Amino acid sequence: MNFLSYLINGISLGSVYAIIALGYTMVYGIAKMLNFAHGDVIMVGCYIVFMTMSGQGWGAVPAVVLSIIVCTVLGIVIEKIAYKPLRKATPLAVLITAIGVSYFLENAALLIFGADTRSFTNVVTLPALKLAGGALTISGTTIVTFLACVVIMAALMLFIKKTKAGQAMLAVSEDKDAAQLMGVNVNATISLTFAIGSGLAAVAGVLFCSAYPTLTPYTGAMPGIKAFTAAVFGGIGSIPGALIGGILLGVIEILGRAYISSQLSDAIVFAVLIIVLLVKPSGILGKQVHEKV
Amino acid sequence: MAKLNLKSMKKSTKDHIITFAMVIVVYIIVQTMITTGNMSSLMQGLLVPMCTYSIVAIGLNLCVGYLGELSIGHAGFMCVGAFSSAFCTKLLQDSIQNEVILFLIAIAVGTVAAAFFGFLIGIPVLRLRGDYLAIVTLAFGEIIKNVINVLYIAKDENGFHFAISDGNKIELSEDGIWLINGAKGIAKIPHLSSFTAGVIMILVILFIVYNFVNSRTGRAVMAIRDNRIAAESVGINITKFKLMAFTISAAIAGAGGVLYAHNLSTVTATPTNFGYNMSIMILVFVVLGGMGSFRGSIIAAVILTLLPEVLRGLKDYRMLIYSIVLIVMMLFNWAPKCIEMRQRIAAKFKKSAKKEAA
Amino acid sequence: MALLEVKNLGISFGGLRAVDGFNITIEKGQLYGLIGPNGAGKTTCFNMLTGVYTPTDGTITLDGKDITGKKTVEINKEGIARTFQNIRLFKEQSVLDNVKIGLHNQMPYSTLTGILRLPKYRKVEAEMNEKAMELLKVFDLDKEADFLASNLPYGKQRKLEIARALATNPKLLLLDEPAAGMNPNETKELMETIHFVRDEFDMTVLLIEHDMKLVSGICEELTVLNFGQVLAQGKTSDVLNDPQVIKAYLGE
Repeated sequence: MNFLSYLINGISLGSVYAIIALGYTMVYGIAKMLNFAHGDVIMVGCYIVFMTMSGQGWGAVPAVVLSIIVCTVLGIVIEKIAYKPLRKATPLAVLITAIGVSYFLENAALLIFGADTRSFTNVVTLPALKLAGGALTISGTTIVTFLACVVIMAALMLFIKKTKAGQAMLAVSEDKDAAQLMGVNVNATISLTFAIGSGLAAVAGVLFCSAYPTLTPYTGAMPGIKAFTAAVFGGIGSIPGALIGGILLGVIEILGRAYISSQLSDAIVFAVLIIVLLVKPSGILGKQVHEKV
Repeated sequence: MAKLNLKSMKKSTKDHIITFAMVIVVYIIVQTMITTGNMSSLMQGLLVPMCTYSIVAIGLNLCVGYLGELSIGHAGFMCVGAFSSAFCTKLLQDSIQNEVILFLIAIAVGTVAAAFFGFLIGIPVLRLRGDYLAIVTLAFGEIIKNVINVLYIAKDENGFHFAISDGNKIELSEDGIWLINGAKGIAKIPHLSSFTAGVIMILVILFIVYNFVNSRTGRAVMAIRDNRIAAESVGINITKFKLMAFTISAAIAGAGGVLYAHNLSTVTATPTNFGYNMSIMILVFVVLGGMGSFRGSIIAAVILTLLPEVLRGLKDYRMLIYSIVLIVMMLFNWAPKCIEMRQRIAAKFKKSAKKEAA
Repeated sequence: MALLEVKNLGISFGGLRAVDGFNITIEKGQLYGLIGPNGAGKTTCFNMLTGVYTPTDGTITLDGKDITGKKTVEINKEGIARTFQNIRLFKEQSVLDNVKIGLHNQMPYSTLTGILRLPKYRKVEAEMNEKAMELLKVFDLDKEADFLASNLPYGKQRKLEIARALATNPKLLLLDEPAAGMNPNETKELMETIHFVRDEFDMTVLLIEHDMKLVSGICEELTVLNFGQVLAQGKTSDVLNDPQVIKAYLGE
């Protein structure tokens, strides 16, 4: 029974990683860059919810909605100021800028909110599910997290398949210049991608902090990097890949923490990343890309 | 011996001599200030860290500026250098009395250990796109920190004792000593580092990297950076040279770690000294000093270490300023609008210079 | 024996057959042209010959040695050097260093020799400089030796690419559209240089070109590719008068 409850916890954590990984994978697919600051957008979202709920006494729903709006806007602003001018720059320059933005968000939050650890209030009020005569408990947060993840995945895939904006995203990820020639507004599409990714980051952040209720300016960094690992694991650029990679990684982390060593759980996750890159660099569902000569 | 003729020398050679001269002159000034009592003890305490940061920044610059790959795990290599060498000197300090020899052994051990890990990490990752290298080096830094924090090694008359996660498992006899005590790190490290040692290390490392980048191997590394496909087409083995540059870069960071560890009595693997923050700080030195300029890296490392100490008010904003430096430097170098503006200013400058000449 | 013998070479990308049944035989010292409309698969052939792509089927024999499926680096060591359609120079390095990188495998010394500046370093570097300057002189680039490669005008960049390729001491030189973007004067000059290279270095040259004046001016034999398949092959004058070739170029 222990194993089963670890597994469920793993899937729950993995669902959060999957939602965050979506942001990485979409941006990577379309703008061909690693948005290092993505993890820190999560942290900003969490502080918004924390400040409004604990400070202003808001309800969970308006707090989360505000958080999503702020993060979406933040994502667009970051893209406009820091990344858009660098479209033609070397990947190295873009990566350094992204690290700069990530570091900026962390340290700005440090100055604004202080270094104290805040305890986050769980936004999920759903009662826990007791199974097998109380031997197995599934918390409300776990259920909501998993459902949110599945709903978001499905909605996103529908969005890309059925809407014009979604098709534009596909086109830009395939070939930016060709898409431009076909009349796709590349800049708007990239902005939209950042907006969606950042909005999802807010959702993921709230779910993450509901399960692990400690909030500091560095809260977003670790889940962010792990979610990127999940995106690579599943195959970068692939939405179902983000889901598979995220859940697998979550399960590996929780099982590793339970059966190997709690202090080494991060190390295990990163070891997975290195092994994946060694064995199948394109990830589970990714495709190999050839450079044009 | 041939007379030094600055005019007929190659531009790169001149550049190197200026860097060496700069380091030596600063060293002499600092030593004079210390002997005449014009330097506060606070400042004196900063001297070795400054050398450490300079060394690691030189190492990272080799990777970022010449290989064109971003590593954000150089603090991890520093960590490997620090712990392996401190472990070694703690073990040997009773049998080797001469501090210089002991420190040389420490440097050799720390450098080789860091090089080994650089090689190990480089094999899987250097075949891939640059972004992956960044994230894997970051991951590596975290793994190293994690592993050291759960590692317990002790020694007594019964030999060595090892444990992972739980130090209480080790039953140590009374005169046994802890070599690595988990999160408490390595304690009572012999104080072998000094400003003089640091400066000598900088000079030796400068000699190595300058000669490296100006050799056949260095040209191959830069060729890979500039155009991988063309480099392959002229018969340059991409993996071999990437791996070589990355390994050397890691080894230099390891040497920095050796200097760092032997300046402290206790070294622990915490996020502040060997974590992400340290890696970013080193990256800031490299970016601000100019990618590809070793002299720039040293200058940036020295100034940015001094600045928060001199201007106390800046201390809280240090990290924030670092992040802005990274963003602004990249925008300044690459944003089309900034490039245009720079060209306009340069043109204006030329015009007024011409007018003056006329 | 022919220097290069390609038999039944083909490659598929996914379901797309980019090149099919490509045969070519080039004798030592020949100036050989590969022409065809855009998208006919010419550069793909170059990429297979130089190991950038691994052919799906067929064999490539260079100087009696099977080099099919070898990596780019090994193929260069076997004796094929190339230039690129979209110029690929080492832009951040000097013109001289670009050629010296080409000499990488010709004049080796160990990394340690370089770091310690042993006497061998000075000797080999001096030889390298001399050899590189000689090559630059052939292409009239010696005055620009200290320029950054990216600061050269377009036509000179193309020449530098050829010089760099020659530095690897190849048996066969592949030129991908060497005259692209050149004015008639530069093209004429280039034709002379290619002739000179063939005679002076005893070189065999295979080139892709659209400029018919250059093709008819220097190529002794031609192969025409169309839709990934060989349309015509033979003496330049015969091929250019082939009605099928004219049709493929001008359309119906």
